[in-house]
Formats: sequence, structure tokens, C-alpha cells
Amino acid sequence: MHIGPPRYWREIPQRYRYEAAKCARCGKIHFPPRTKCECGGREFSQHILAPEGALETFTIIRTPPSGFSDQAPYAVGIVKLDDGVRMTAQVVDCDLDKLAIGQRVRREFRKLQVEGESGINCYGYKYVPA
Amino acid sequence: MRDVAVIGVGMSEWGEVWEKSHRRLWTEAALAAVDDAGVDRVDALYVGCMSGGLFVGQEHLGAMLSDQLGMGPVPGTRVESACASGGVAFRQAVMAVASGAHDIVLASGVEKMTDVDGAAATYALSTAADQEYECFQGVTFPGLYAMMARVHMHRHGTTRRQLAQVAVKNHANGALNDKAQYPMKVTVEQVLESPGVADPLRVLDCSPITDGAAAVIVVPLADAKKLSKNPAVKVLASAQASDTLALHDRADLCWLASTAKAAEGAYRMAGIGPGDVSFAEVHDCFTIAEIMVMEALGLVEKGQGGQATEAGWTALDGKIPVNPSGGLKAKGHPVGATGIAQVVESVLQLRGSCGARQVRNARRALTQNMGGTGASSVVHIFERA
Repeated sequence: MHIGPPRYWREIPQRYRYEAAKCARCGKIHFPPRTKCECGGREFSQHILAPEGALETFTIIRTPPSGFSDQAPYAVGIVKLDDGVRMTAQVVDCDLDKLAIGQRVRREFRKLQVEGESGINCYGYKYVPA
Repeated sequence: MRDVAVIGVGMSEWGEVWEKSHRRLWTEAALAAVDDAGVDRVDALYVGCMSGGLFVGQEHLGAMLSDQLGMGPVPGTRVESACASGGVAFRQAVMAVASGAHDIVLASGVEKMTDVDGAAATYALSTAADQEYECFQGVTFPGLYAMMARVHMHRHGTTRRQLAQVAVKNHANGALNDKAQYPMKVTVEQVLESPGVADPLRVLDCSPITDGAAAVIVVPLADAKKLSKNPAVKVLASAQASDTLALHDRADLCWLASTAKAAEGAYRMAGIGPGDVSFAEVHDCFTIAEIMVMEALGLVEKGQGGQATEAGWTALDGKIPVNPSGGLKAKGHPVGATGIAQVVESVLQLRGSCGARQVRNARRALTQNMGGTGASSVVHIFERA
């Protein structure tokens, strides 16, 4: 499924620059930014995500979705960053058999998938063992 | 609000049904429900369907199916809540009758999933997750449930073998159900040796891709005897809740808060507790899902779902039978139809007409249907009237 340039472009501040939004009222950090915080706040300041965190859970994808077939098997995890934000991302440059909950990881800018000949080369964040 | 009852149920053939179209499957189920109830009209219809657009390139399902039913220009409404579409469609029908807006309502669900190839079906299903912040990273639906399973195993000591026992139990029940897509028994070893999908989950931990439809007739309880010769099944409660769309935004990665919230509302409405339920039909899209759902429903203690399965509590002759129909795992999972099929099984069990898979002394049934990784959950409770 091709994403299309406008839809891809809209997420660039998050995927390339890791921009999150911090609620001016309660301090909660939202990634991606939201229009309204659950506390009722609607004003936010920019927050750049912490570069490191720990793996809260993970899986090894053996049956990949289309667009990722040349990468399987690969690890995907939920990382809890040091600023408390959680995100789903691939964990790469690691021994798949040695990954464990609690593993420290660091964010890197990587290519995620190539959408065929006329599609977009999609970039974003992945994590590597810290 | 009026009390509501279900007086008719129907299902189409379920499986890989190449010779039958989306509309044909739906109409077979709808007519089976109409005939079972013995009614000659419906005042409105609701249809749960996750993705007519991506699976068969057809939207505007409410009107199309009203047209196919051939009972006049009845208002037809399509309901979408990913894999909970059927359960949420049923809830709309219950509310329409309870409010007095309509008297005889057809609640239905359908999904025609095998007109597209596996990759396209996987893509269509993945749209229930967060496209930009989950799927974009290369995670799949089995992958998301696998991540919940890993937390459950880490925190509660749930074993790989206990996960497999959910599949073994549901296939044993499904083997007694002539509507089941995969009515064959499986062993723990077969589950553990099946191909890996997303560690720790394997193929036999996953529900299949299925074509199928299901339908029920919902009426005011006070009219049930007049309208149908079938024993009425009363809808004691209907409740629904939501959670964050993305798994990573949840406060607890292995607790289904939407199911717990919906269950709490349903128990309060019914005036009963989890101990008063005779059996449950729950959303076992993956083996870990059944374990986590049982915990959120309060059928077992938090963290004890794996042990309870291993101890046989959830078997057909256990303390609290779960998925006597075979569940999504063995019966099949045409996503939009699943929530309605759970109601069909509950009604048949409460009528005492399930033959070899009949739950003994079935008096009250609970159904739980959920969408995505639990971003939506809907719970209903039924009682023999």
C-alpha cells in the first residue's frame, strides 16, 4: 500500500526530528503531538524525544507485512524512553536470540521500507542496543 | 427503556467459500435468522463489516443489504469497529429496540475475506492498528498480540504450553460444531511445532481468515411470545468501552482495560457478577487474547488465565466454559460477523440445542467482542427468558 507524498510529508517532524508535544497544563508528553490532552489542556510546547530507553516488550516478526518481506526475520519492540514516552519501533543490529525485556536501546535514523519503483523511500527511527 | 430479546438466529456457511459473494453470504444468514424467528418483516437492519472497501471494493453496505433482503425500504446501517464491528452492530440493534425506535430489528455481520490474497487481507486487517505509528514500523497484528504475550509471560509466568492449550481446547470444541471452519482437534505439540508468525506466537495460535456471515432478530421482550415460537433469550446487558488505538500508549501492556470497563458496565446493568455466568463466548483472535480477556472479564484472577486454561477450567465440562463454539480459532473469524456469531452461539446454548457441545445447565451467557489490540470492546449478557 503506497502512502503518498502528503501523508508521508505530514509525519516528517516526528519521524525525522522526533518532535513531541508537552502539555502546558499537566506536563504530559504526547508523541505524536495531539490537539488536546486528556487533562483538558490545548496548549503545548515542543519537546524532542529522549534518545535512549529500554525495551518493555518485543517480538520477532517471521511473517512480515508487504513492504518488509526482504527484512524478515526482524525484531519490533515497544521502547520506553528515558522521558517516559513509549513508542513502537524496530530493534536492529542485534542478536535476535539475545534480546530481552529491559535491554537498553538507542535511537538511530534509518531507512524503513521502499515502496516499489514509483513509491517513496520511507525513513524514520529504529533502535539499536545501547 | 424496553427489555429486549433475541428470537431468531442464523449463519451462512463459514470457511473459504469461493462460490459465494459478500452479499450472498449475508443474505443467507439474514434469511436464516428471519426464518428461524418466523417473522415476516424487519423494521431496520444493522450490519457489522470491518472493510467491505478493502476486501471486496464495496461500501454503502446498509443500502445494498437492505436491497438484497427484499423486505421493502428498511433503513440499513453499516457499523464499523474493526473486529468488534459485529458486536457493536448488535448493540445498535439492542438500543434501537430498547428505545422504542424500532420493533423488529435485524442485527448482522459479514466479512468476505478470501477474494483478495493473503498480503492484501493482512493489510486490510492491519488498518485496525495505528497506521502511522505501529504499522509503518513493520509490526503486524500477530506481532502486537505477541508483544502482549511476552509481557504476560514475563510478569505472570504464563508458559508457551499454556498458550497452546487455548488452541487445543477451542479446536476440541470446534470439532463438535458443524459450522466451524477448522473442526479438527490439534495437540499441544502441533501448536508448538507450527510455523512461527511473530515470536512467541505461531500459526496455530492465530485465528484464520474466513468468509462468513451471521444474523439475529432483536425484538421487545414483551412481544417475543407473540412474534415467535422460539424460546426468547433476554438481553440482560449491553456495554462498550474504548482504549488507546496504539498498544504502546496503554498504561499496562498486558491488561485489556476496555474489556474490563465494558464488563464492569455490563455486570452492573445485569445486576450480576462474573460468578453468575454459565459460559462465555470471547474474542480469541490469538491464544493470548483469550487468556487476557478472561482476566479482564473477572472470570479468573489477573494473571491466572494461563493456569486456569491448563487446569481445564475453561473446557466444555469445566468450571467456566469459554468458547464452546470453538471460538474464532476453530469456528473461523470473518471479522465483521464474529460478534454476531457469538450471540448466535449464546442463544443456541441457552435454548439447549447445541447437541454434543451443549454446556450443561446453561442459564446465562456472556459475549465479548473486541477490535484491534483491544481499542474497542463490547460485552453482552444473555439469560434464558
